Amino acid sequence: MSNTEYLSTAAIRRQMLAEFWFYFRQNRGAVAGLVVFILLVLTAVFALLLAPHDPTTQYRDAFLLPPVWQDGGRAEFLLGTDAVGRDMLSRLIFGAQYSLFIGIVVVAIALVGGVIIGLIAGFFRGWVDAVIMRVMDVILAFPSLLLALVLVAVLGPGLTNAMIAIAIVYQPHFARLTRAAVMGEMRREYVTAARVAGAGNLRLMFKTILPNCLGPLIVQATLSFSSAVLDSAALGFLGMGAQPPSPEWGTMLAEAREFILRAWWVVTLPGLAILVSVLAINMMGDGLRDALDPKLKRS
Amino acid sequence: MVRFLLSKLLYLVPTFLGITIVAFGFVRILPGDPVLLMAGERGVSPERHAELSAQLGFDKPIVMQYLDFLGRLLQGDLGNSLVTKKPVLTEFLALFPATVELGLCAIVIATLVGVPVGVLAAIKRGSWFDQVSMTSALVGFSMPIFWWGLLLIIFFSGYLGWTPVSGRISLMYFFPQGTGFMLIDSLMSGQDGAFASAVSHLILPSIVLATIPLAVIARQTRSAMLEVMGEDYVRTARAKGMPRRRVIGVHALRNAMIPVVTTIGLQIGVLIAGAILTETIFSWPGIGKWMIDSISRRDYPVVQSGLLLIAGMVMVVNLLVDLTYGLINPRIRAT
Repeated sequence: MSNTEYLSTAAIRRQMLAEFWFYFRQNRGAVAGLVVFILLVLTAVFALLLAPHDPTTQYRDAFLLPPVWQDGGRAEFLLGTDAVGRDMLSRLIFGAQYSLFIGIVVVAIALVGGVIIGLIAGFFRGWVDAVIMRVMDVILAFPSLLLALVLVAVLGPGLTNAMIAIAIVYQPHFARLTRAAVMGEMRREYVTAARVAGAGNLRLMFKTILPNCLGPLIVQATLSFSSAVLDSAALGFLGMGAQPPSPEWGTMLAEAREFILRAWWVVTLPGLAILVSVLAINMMGDGLRDALDPKLKRS
Repeated sequence: MVRFLLSKLLYLVPTFLGITIVAFGFVRILPGDPVLLMAGERGVSPERHAELSAQLGFDKPIVMQYLDFLGRLLQGDLGNSLVTKKPVLTEFLALFPATVELGLCAIVIATLVGVPVGVLAAIKRGSWFDQVSMTSALVGFSMPIFWWGLLLIIFFSGYLGWTPVSGRISLMYFFPQGTGFMLIDSLMSGQDGAFASAVSHLILPSIVLATIPLAVIARQTRSAMLEVMGEDYVRTARAKGMPRRRVIGVHALRNAMIPVVTTIGLQIGVLIAGAILTETIFSWPGIGKWMIDSISRRDYPVVQSGLLLIAGMVMVVNLLVDLTYGLINPRIRAT
């Protein structure tokens, strides 16, 4: 590859990025979502430095202390403590690690699996496609949380199994999306050209077609990320996800349920953390959709 | 239309068979011996084990077991609960009205609020109403509903003392469960205050369950309205001098409703997933809570059949949505 050619691809890429940012920036909510999301990532990465206490240490002299601004609050526990005397703020900070980790793992498994399945179905069509899509239909026939719950019941409760279960449940969405995009692209001339030039099936699938189907997949990945955070928190809340004493937000809520009428902070704060993270990711997803969907760009 | 219906029905057969395979396979892939699992902690003697294996058909080849399962299913035999020993179908039918009542109330709230909000937001695009309502919709869409339920309990039940915390009706009232729908039964019982009690029990769970569908419906209505309002026929209607209200109400809204009806129908899966959480929080004696309790009690026949019944129900509702879609949008039937 010559030097000029290399520069021109780089320039095109830069231009695409600039265009993407132009449309993304138009949506103020999306930018706000991005800022919150970056803060969340920083919190998760620097949790050890940020958290004032260990998230699992129990302070025997500080059960259900209210936040510092309320009567009875103590300065060392800014957001109060839970029923066994653990610092709420530290648990919330470490909880960010769980949520991001769950989101990344679930989306990675669902995306990779779904894309491969969808590529195969859309590329080969015929009976392969029919079988794959019927299997996907079966998975989609079950309400996602219910199927995840049953899968966790089979695999055994715990964070890893919860993530696998949620990823399996999300997979069909990626598969369907990829298949539809691949079928659209297959009719294009550049694919025929590549085939005539002697490209093999694998090269056609992954290098020629896949990069042109990425737009909707990125949007779906963002939406799945926020759903994964919600669903894993729901599983944790039902006792089927991360197990105590992990500071996962849903699990924290489950532990806090019996104190709802006595200590508002143990219930309100973990839920607020879930809501803010999910909202930020969804706002970002809206902006991504606006920036990546050519149909919407015109309006 | 008949051909459309038949093709849709045919399409369901492999999916339904797939669902039965999942439900059947679920108990088989559980680690360990199913008979021992069902016997629980007490265990069984080897003779009783062999007897139970033969009785439950576990000594046959797996394909035969599946065909037996399918045969029993077609006869309406879904097995018995390990805990209550009652037929699963009887339990399901007893609890089903509670979930339907809750789900219907939720979808009615979501539609009655979501559609007007979406239409108004589209008409007044860019206004403060549009911005506030769409931001609220996004918040509602992102809401962990199990937490939302707890917040409402803290505020309305704990702080204001307006609504009860759990159940379907106050324990003060006794009357026969004619229809299984508490609103109707309490009204027919003629007892003073029974209906009001049923309503006050229903209101918070319905709001919680309605939250996500409401957000989805409002957003979908808005974008469908915006799309339709840019169409040529709407511009033509306006150019003819037709009053704005009539253009919006007749020309735009009717066409915008097509995707919205589908969206409303597709919320059934969301509602069931939501019902699992909502019913757990409010101790609402419905299918969702029944499934959760059965999963934690390891009552596998209930989980197996419950999965099957719920997935079957979702499938039937989706079929109805497809058919409605075909009815209101003739273009779909042709394809």
